[in-house]
Amino acid sequence: MDKRNLDILVGLFVVMGALAVAFLALKAANLASLSFDSTYRVTARFDNVGGLKIRAPVKSAGVTVGRIASITFDDKNFQGVATLEIDRRYKFPADTSAKILTTGLLGDQYVALEPGADDKDLQPYASIKITQSAVVLENLIGQLLYSKAAEGGKRKEGGK
Amino acid sequence: MNAVADFLAALGARALRLLRSLGHASLFFWELVRFTPAALRRFDLSVVQIYSIGNLSLVIIITSGAAVGGVLGLQAYYALDRYGAAEQVGLLVALSLLRELGPVLTALLFAGRAGTSLTAEIGLMKAGEQLAAMEMMAVDPRGRVLAPRFVAGIVSVPLLSAIFSAVGVAGAYVIGVKLIGIDSAAFWSQMQDGVDVFKDVGNGMVKTVVFGVATTFVALYTGYESDATPEGVAQATTRTVVISSVAVLVLDFLLTSLMFSTRP
Repeated sequence: MDKRNLDILVGLFVVMGALAVAFLALKAANLASLSFDSTYRVTARFDNVGGLKIRAPVKSAGVTVGRIASITFDDKNFQGVATLEIDRRYKFPADTSAKILTTGLLGDQYVALEPGADDKDLQPYASIKITQSAVVLENLIGQLLYSKAAEGGKRKEGGK
Repeated sequence: MNAVADFLAALGARALRLLRSLGHASLFFWELVRFTPAALRRFDLSVVQIYSIGNLSLVIIITSGAAVGGVLGLQAYYALDRYGAAEQVGLLVALSLLRELGPVLTALLFAGRAGTSLTAEIGLMKAGEQLAAMEMMAVDPRGRVLAPRFVAGIVSVPLLSAIFSAVGVAGAYVIGVKLIGIDSAAFWSQMQDGVDVFKDVGNGMVKTVVFGVATTFVALYTGYESDATPEGVAQATTRTVVISSVAVLVLDFLLTSLMFSTRP
């Protein structure tokens, strides 16, 4: 095997490997949708962040506009503080509200932003004032049982 | 009484021998690293080795990759279809391949095919006194023979592993979408949503580099330290496969626990 052929074959091998890595990164992983656009951060305080995780999407009108950067605990107000990284292309009014919703019924949780009506834009490092915490399944079940018990009691009294 | 003393003496001698060989192996590793810049300067030597251990391993890697991808796709489908989650087949296969099976299986196949060939080659060179002859000519065999093979191993294993994983994903695609009938768009979108390029692909690639270093080092060391007889070379090739395989699996466990911890 003379040297030139050898070099060509090894070069082909390296190109194959590089293509394989590129295929994996683009087609199998999320490199294509990873935007390295600059983002700006805002914070939102919730009474209960539920199962919200770091890197969970921030959506508005169903479209992903950012990611959760960090979740910390404020021990002065005993609230969870989520830092949202929003794509710089999208500006929101200053009175935007944030809700924690669940994909599907029992899926991953994400933050949904609903725009308000303010003229001024939400500034970087500002805090979203109006928030709605995550729905905790156990509380819902407790409420259901309580209301069922109350109904049963009322019917018994009505029957008397 | 004598038997007990003999036994203890033999145990001690065994332990000392083990320590000595561990030290010898570490020094050998250091020599390989020391001569790597020289091998990079004479890169044409390394290219020949990349051909011999990389290119020639492509056939086994590609066929194994396709087979493993297909099998994973099938088994994943049978398991997931019970819960109505058949569309997650792509995600399951991709994560398994990228994080674990790609690097580990490639390293094991590499140890079996290329590792044994390296060991046998070095062992025969030693048995045929070629290495001694080189030293007589003031050519350092470590830089001329060993370091290029070391460099070739470190370059080849990540490339082979990427090809293995890519072919595996393609194999799962053929089985899942073409044969079983899962929706193609769902297959890819579930995969892309769940696979992170840095955490999964990146960590997998780091593993392959570590495995490449480990398998090539073990192959070169057992070849270099083999007895200069045909039986010695045969024993060395067996030892290469055994030690490389155990090393790869143990390293995989260590790396996985470091990389994929669920610390919040």
